[in-house]
Amino acid sequence: MTAPLIEVRDLIKQYPSTTAVDGVSFTVPEGICFGLLGPNGAGKTTTVEVMEGILPPTSGDVLYRGEPLGPRFREDAGILFQKTALQDHLTVRQCVALFRGLYTHGLDVEEVLRICALDTLARRDARKLSGGQQQRLLLAIALVNDPAVLFLDEPTTGLDPQARRNFWQLVESIKARRKTIILTTHYMEEAELLCDCVAIMDRGRIVAQGPPRRLLREHFAEVLLEVPRADFPDAARSLPLKLIDTSDRVEITTHDLEGTLRTLLAAHVPLTNLRVRPPNLEDLFLELTGKELRP
Amino acid sequence: MIRRLLSVFHARNLEFLRDRGTLIFTLLLPVTLVIGMSFVFGGKPRPLFKVGVLDAPAAEHTHPFLSEKYVQPVPLTDRAEALRKLTHQQFDLLVEFGGGTRYWVNTDSPKGYVVEKLLLADEPGAQREPVTGQALRYVDWLFPGILGMNMMFSCLFGVGYVVLRYRKSGFLKRLHATPLSAFEFLAAQVLSRLTLIVVVTLILYLGIGAIIHFHSAGNAALLGLLALLGALSMIALGLTVAARFSSEELVGGLLNLLTWPMMLLSGIWYSLEGSPRWVQWVAHLFPLTQLLDAARAVMLDGAGLAQIAPNLLYLAATTLVFLAFGAWSFRWRID
Repeated sequence: MTAPLIEVRDLIKQYPSTTAVDGVSFTVPEGICFGLLGPNGAGKTTTVEVMEGILPPTSGDVLYRGEPLGPRFREDAGILFQKTALQDHLTVRQCVALFRGLYTHGLDVEEVLRICALDTLARRDARKLSGGQQQRLLLAIALVNDPAVLFLDEPTTGLDPQARRNFWQLVESIKARRKTIILTTHYMEEAELLCDCVAIMDRGRIVAQGPPRRLLREHFAEVLLEVPRADFPDAARSLPLKLIDTSDRVEITTHDLEGTLRTLLAAHVPLTNLRVRPPNLEDLFLELTGKELRP
Repeated sequence: MIRRLLSVFHARNLEFLRDRGTLIFTLLLPVTLVIGMSFVFGGKPRPLFKVGVLDAPAAEHTHPFLSEKYVQPVPLTDRAEALRKLTHQQFDLLVEFGGGTRYWVNTDSPKGYVVEKLLLADEPGAQREPVTGQALRYVDWLFPGILGMNMMFSCLFGVGYVVLRYRKSGFLKRLHATPLSAFEFLAAQVLSRLTLIVVVTLILYLGIGAIIHFHSAGNAALLGLLALLGALSMIALGLTVAARFSSEELVGGLLNLLTWPMMLLSGIWYSLEGSPRWVQWVAHLFPLTQLLDAARAVMLDGAGLAQIAPNLLYLAATTLVFLAFGAWSFRWRID
C-alpha cells in the first residue's frame, strides 16, 4: 500500500497561555479534498500552518510522502493563507510572475491567469482588485508551481455569495485535475460541496472524521422537521419530542416521521409551513461543537 | 537560487520605481540640502588670519607675530596634515619657530599673501616655503557629507521599513511558504537597495557636482568601490534592525537611535577635529564616519587605495558582521 500524501501524527501545538492543537492525527490520501472544519479558535489554522511547515509543532510529526517536510514539500505545495498582502505597485501578472520565479517547476504564468479567470485583469494593479478577484489572484499564486497539494485556509471568508460560488467552481475545476486539496472552512455548505473527507475540530481536538455522508449516517439516524416558531404553540412544548429552538424556528428531531406528524396534528400545530429535511453537515457541526456562545 | 533571488530583486525594483513620491524625495532632498547649505555657509570671508604654528614650545606663543591683530594662532604637531590644510587654504600660513624661523605660504591664497607681509614685518629673515592649492570651499567639504547622509537614510530606512512592512502585511510569511531561503530574500533586498543607491548617488554626484563646480581630486573607480562598500555596510546595518521586530514604533526608534548619532557625529556638517577624543573614538565606530573620512580623502586630497584601505576593510568587515547577525536573527512572521 502506498503511503498517504500527508500524515499528521499526534500533533500538539502549545502557546504560553493555551494549547491550540491538542494531539491531532489524520491522514490525507492523494487526490482528495480534505476539509478541516471547526468553529473560530478550534485550532484549524494552527494545524494547517504546522502542516504547511510555517509553524513548528510543540510535538508530533507531519510527513509528506512518508518523509518529514523538506525542500521537496516546499516545491510541491501551493498555499493560500487566510490573510496575505502582496507587494505594492505590482500588476496581477507581475505578482504571479514573482512567485513563478521562486519555483523550479510550474505552470506558465499566462496559463495560471487563464485558469483563475484573471487574463483580462493581468495588467491591473493588484491593490485595485475586488475581494473575489484578490482571492483568485492568491489562488493563482498558490497554483503557479502546479502543486501536488493545495492548502486553502478559509478561502471564501468575507466574499459575497456570488464571488464565493465563483471560487467554488474554480476549486472544483482544480479538483478535476486530481490535485490533493486541504481546505479549512467554517462554511458547512462549502465543505459539503467540495470535500470528500472532513475532520471536525473543536478546542484543539478532532471530534469526528470521515466522508461527510458517512458521518451524517453515523450521527443522525433521524430526520429534521422545522416549524416556524410563530406556528408552534407553547402548549406543544410539553409534548414528548426532541426540540431545539433556533432564532425563528423550532427544530424537531425524530426517527419516526409519521408518528411525530400525528402528535403535532393532535396538538393542533399548523403544518402548512412545516419543512422536512435530512440533517446536513451544519447540524452535525452544531451537534458536535455545541451551540452555546463561546467566551 | 539565482533565479529566485532575481525574481525578488526584480519585483522589489518595480515596487520602488513605481512609488513616485519616494523616488522624487530620494533625489530632491540632497540637491536641496547642498544648494541650501552652500548659500548659508558659502562666500563669507573669515575675519581672522588663521596661522598654524608647528611644534610650538610654550615660550613661542609670546612671539610678537602671533600677538598681531587679526592673527589667530593654532598649535599643530602633524606637519603633513598641516601642509594638506594649507593647500586647501584652511590655514592662511604655516609657521615653525626655533632655530631659524621657517614658514609655508599658499601662493594661490590672497589672504596668505597679506599675512606673509605681516610675518615678514616681525621676522624679516624667515625662510619661505611656497605651496599651491585652491581654497577648499565649505560646499566642497559638505558635498561628500550630504551624499553620505543620503546613502545612510536610504540604506537604513529604505531596507528597515520595507522588511518590516513585508513582515507586518504577511507578505514575508507567504514567501516563507515557497522554496525561497532567508539568505536569498535578504540578498535580493540588499542588491536591490544597493543598485538603487549606486544609481541615485551617481546621479546626485554628477548633477550636484555640475551645479557647484566640484572636481574630485581622486580616482573615480576607487570612489565607486568606496560607495559600494559604504552602502553595503549601512544596508546590512538596516537589516539587523529589521530582521526580527514587528513593531513600527520600535523599529522607527531603533533606526532613529542609529541615524541621529551618525547625523551629528560622523562629520556630515562639520569636522570632528577638536572634539573630545572619546567622541572621535565613538564616531569612528559608525560606518558613515569611515565612509566620509575616506570619501573626503579621495575627493578632496586625491588619496589612493593604500591610504583608504583601512576604511574599506572596516566597511567590508562590518558588512559581514551585520549580515551574519541579520540572517541569524531573521524572522519571517510575527511571533
